[in-house]
Amino acid sequence: MTHLRIRTPEGVEFALPIAGPVSRALAYLVDFVLVMAFNILLSIVLSYASIVARDLSEALLQVGFFVLPIAYGVGCEWLLRGQTLGKRVFNLRVIDAEGLKLRPAQIILRNLLRAVDFLPLFYLVGGITTLLNRKGQRLGDLAAGTVVVRIQRFATPDLEPILGSRFNSLRAHPHLAARLRQRIHAAEAAIALQALTRRDELDPAARLTLFRDLADGFRATVPYPPEISESLTDEQYIRNVVDILYRPKNSS
Amino acid sequence: MILDLEKFLAQERPHWEALEALLNRLDSGDRLHLDDARRMHALYERASADLARLATFAAEPESRRYLEALVARAYAEIHETRGSGRRFRFWHWFLVVFPQTFRRHARAFGVSLGISLVGTLFGIFATLVDPDSRHVTMPFGHAEITPTQRVRQEEKSREKAAVHSQHASFSGQLMTHNTQVSIGTLAFGMTWGIGTVILLFYNGVVLGAIGTDYITDGQGGFLAAWLLPHGSIELPAIFIAGQAGLVLAHTLFGRRSNLPLGRRLRAVAPDLVTLIGGVALLLVYAGIIESFLSQYHEPVVPYSAKIAFGLVELAGLVLFLTFAGRSTESNDPGTDSTAP
Repeated sequence: MTHLRIRTPEGVEFALPIAGPVSRALAYLVDFVLVMAFNILLSIVLSYASIVARDLSEALLQVGFFVLPIAYGVGCEWLLRGQTLGKRVFNLRVIDAEGLKLRPAQIILRNLLRAVDFLPLFYLVGGITTLLNRKGQRLGDLAAGTVVVRIQRFATPDLEPILGSRFNSLRAHPHLAARLRQRIHAAEAAIALQALTRRDELDPAARLTLFRDLADGFRATVPYPPEISESLTDEQYIRNVVDILYRPKNSS
Repeated sequence: MILDLEKFLAQERPHWEALEALLNRLDSGDRLHLDDARRMHALYERASADLARLATFAAEPESRRYLEALVARAYAEIHETRGSGRRFRFWHWFLVVFPQTFRRHARAFGVSLGISLVGTLFGIFATLVDPDSRHVTMPFGHAEITPTQRVRQEEKSREKAAVHSQHASFSGQLMTHNTQVSIGTLAFGMTWGIGTVILLFYNGVVLGAIGTDYITDGQGGFLAAWLLPHGSIELPAIFIAGQAGLVLAHTLFGRRSNLPLGRRLRAVAPDLVTLIGGVALLLVYAGIIESFLSQYHEPVVPYSAKIAFGLVELAGLVLFLTFAGRSTESNDPGTDSTAP
């Protein structure tokens, strides 16, 4: 997955995942259906109005059909801070390419330039441009200096449901626990934690294999006495290792 | 060495949540007091430092992504320096910002006008040398009948003109069509200006061909009276759309600029929006005039009156674009804060 990487003056780098063409196309489809629905609604309302003012109703219909798609895109992205309703459904957001606040001129320009992105039909030019562009920008995004990113929603992480407060037999050997903390690399620890976090998403067979491989690796790095090591399932062994690595001062 | 993640999270989480709450307040449209703004800055710096620590000492992806998203949001709020986001004032924008922006890019307007004139000359030349070319160069059925026949038809339809029942819808049709063409002219600037140049040139060809056709048929007066009331605004509006497209193209080429492409485009975006916004307003006016005045001919409205009206409009537009907003021009801080 491609990311938009931004380095702040404080020296901190953060990355935002760039939206793929499929999710953008689906979001556009939702917006298209909504705009069509607004158009139909407008037609119905103006058909009643045409009883008393036919010419004016036709004029409003002409202008409405032209203005609605542009006004919808601009209005939504301004009021919903970079999101149309379609983008909201698919967790996408338009942001400034440098991570700054989105300006009205940027929103208007990216929506006006759909005229060229749409050519020759069904966003072919825009679609090809997003595929060729490192930041997935269509021509309108390039001109306006915007990028469409995928929003990730996170809760502050909580280790309690994963590790719990069960007895950890590996703590019975403090010198080995200390060696574990010394020898296990941060990336290896993160893999073990991720395996525990996502264990329910795995096939039973894949889950067994993954935890066996991980446990074998950790057992080889810091060997524990067989009566402790062999009394635990592979998954429980990993849980205990992660407990030691991430909660070194836990007394349980 | 691995960070004591749980202790770290327990210690820092309240600060992250406080920052998130302030950002949520901004999201919902609240304005922060000075103390809150200072607090947000302090919390942002703390969150940035936390992110750096987390990145250095522990590869815990969930916490890191959470903090990245938080820091990204706060960064956008704190480091934004473009303009103050003050309330949009329509009349100030139209009467001051638009003409100022037009003048700032006067050279692009000159090029746009020049390309259209070359197209017009080509249209004149093509019609004189090869009268059959009118079937290619003239849209809207102009080539099907001679100008004299057309004038007879228009002048005979006095009753139709007098009780014209479709002014508003015709006007709407003209506005939307012309605005679409103008947006296209701007948008084609992204083809390094090639599309913009083609549209401007073609527009000139059509104008030259129709003009030559009417003048050589002895109907120059009718044509002037027909086109001037709306054309004196509509044509400059199309040239301004071309100006915007050429400004966009020039920005893509980036001559005489050391800035990267993204920065150049971001800098010029407000000017492009101002120009095309101004064009849209001019075209709304032109659409109304075309429907409500241009379609009336003698004896309903004397041609001399229509021509005089058109010339007055043109003079007014030239004066507006040349002089409006001059008094504040030197004091204007820049382009960003003045865009709609």
